[in-house]
Amino acid sequence: MTLIEARDLTVRLGGATVLEGVDLALEPGEIVTIVGPNGSGKSTLLRALLGIQPLASGRVTRKPGLRLGYVPQRLHIDAGLPLTVRRFLSLPRRHGAADTAAVLARVSMAGMEERQMLGLSGGQLQRVLLARALLARPDILVLDEPTQGLDQPGEAAFYELIEEVRAEFGCAILMVSHDLHVVMSASDRVICLNGHVCCQGTPHVVSNAPEYRALFGLGTRGTLALYQHDHDHHHDHDHDHDRGPAAAPAKMSEADHV
Amino acid sequence: MYEPFLIRAALAGVGLALAAGPLGCFVVWRRMAFFGDATAHAAILGVALALGFSVSIYAGTLGVALLMALTVSALAGRGWAIDTTLGVLAHSSLAVGLVAISFVSGVRVDLEAYLFGDILAVSWNDVWLIWGGAGLVLAGLAWRWPGLLTATLSEDLAQASGVNPARERLVLTLALAVVVAVAIKVVGALLIAAMLIIPAAAARGFARTPERMAVFASLIGMVAVLAGLWASLRFDTPAGPSVVCAAAVVFALSAGFGGMRQKG
Repeated sequence: MTLIEARDLTVRLGGATVLEGVDLALEPGEIVTIVGPNGSGKSTLLRALLGIQPLASGRVTRKPGLRLGYVPQRLHIDAGLPLTVRRFLSLPRRHGAADTAAVLARVSMAGMEERQMLGLSGGQLQRVLLARALLARPDILVLDEPTQGLDQPGEAAFYELIEEVRAEFGCAILMVSHDLHVVMSASDRVICLNGHVCCQGTPHVVSNAPEYRALFGLGTRGTLALYQHDHDHHHDHDHDHDRGPAAAPAKMSEADHV
Repeated sequence: MYEPFLIRAALAGVGLALAAGPLGCFVVWRRMAFFGDATAHAAILGVALALGFSVSIYAGTLGVALLMALTVSALAGRGWAIDTTLGVLAHSSLAVGLVAISFVSGVRVDLEAYLFGDILAVSWNDVWLIWGGAGLVLAGLAWRWPGLLTATLSEDLAQASGVNPARERLVLTLALAVVVAVAIKVVGALLIAAMLIIPAAAARGFARTPERMAVFASLIGMVAVLAGLWASLRFDTPAGPSVVCAAAVVFALSAGFGGMRQKG
């Protein structure tokens, strides 16, 4: 049964139409990634699905009793607010000490219950936010650019963690990302958004779609380069990647399409 | 040695401090200091209306403070430049209130009592009203605590967890209006915000969780009330400002303590 479904969604922000006629459905266990340029309405779409953003028209239907775990793009905590990790995980609903400890261990933050939220690094904060979302035993884990502010190894580790968690909890994942290279490999389905759904499908289909290429002209080159970078990366070689043979053909084929 | 007027004053002040502590924490966490000021200053207009229409001071201040708090909340929701709006509303309502009081004929009004409070003159009736109001605020905050805290941390997270941030904001707005109404006789319109912010700010240095900060804020407020009253008798100083001075001293000590702890 479909977990959540949006039909003909339209959202306006301050007079501007940010999303128009968006349809989207999420099946149990799916990993769906929304990509799109800045200002394409990615975060707004997530917020509309979560019920945070009022709709101008259209409707969102949830499976009855659907549990959502939300990992926001960032969390600003006022310096005046003392808050331990344990207390944060129990907002707004209390959870037992055993559950809290288990979920913290799952995100590699074992024994951090008494730490102050304000003292956490960016990566630790993301893990705690993920732990809080998991405590709700979600049917869908919703992540809004979860690796913003993390360095590349941190980013890779975080996505790895999300895949592990998905396997363990069996939840669906709906994620917004601009990290195209990571997204492509991990997703069952990619939705390319620019105010409306431009194209969608498996990562392979989308990355070859003309609509996607039109939107991400330069981004696509970056993606291909990064993929290849992952495969043939050596610290001790001496040629310049930007002018290397791997990147150049991609750039040329890009030019052909645009 | 303990005159009845002194016992009444202490009870009134302690009652106010009890409610102002946790509410003041939210004022600090949500950066609503100016919002508290605007609501408190509007109370003077409430006093003028109450005197003009011969109704209870509490009813007048509660009504106007509520109106002001709801107006500001609504404007904030519409995305006005809230800092400027509050500045305009806070000071114009104070000025309008002062002008309006000058029109009230009949008994000469002791303006100072409403601007700075007259805690030594509270009656038993006042004490009961203050404790009633404080009890109401504490009960409301305790009832909504998890939701209030989640909405304060992040409105998005709250909404995603099924907490309605607008409803939590309304609870705080109502609580603020009640505290302003009961505080006007204790510390006066100009110093109400001080009773909200200073004990909470002083408690920050000692607390590791929001709950402890709220409890400490109440305790610090109570200590400030008693110390301020004592100083007021001892040095013959005005009571309301003395209470606020005592709170400021606790804050300074707490800041020093926090600074030392960070270095050590």
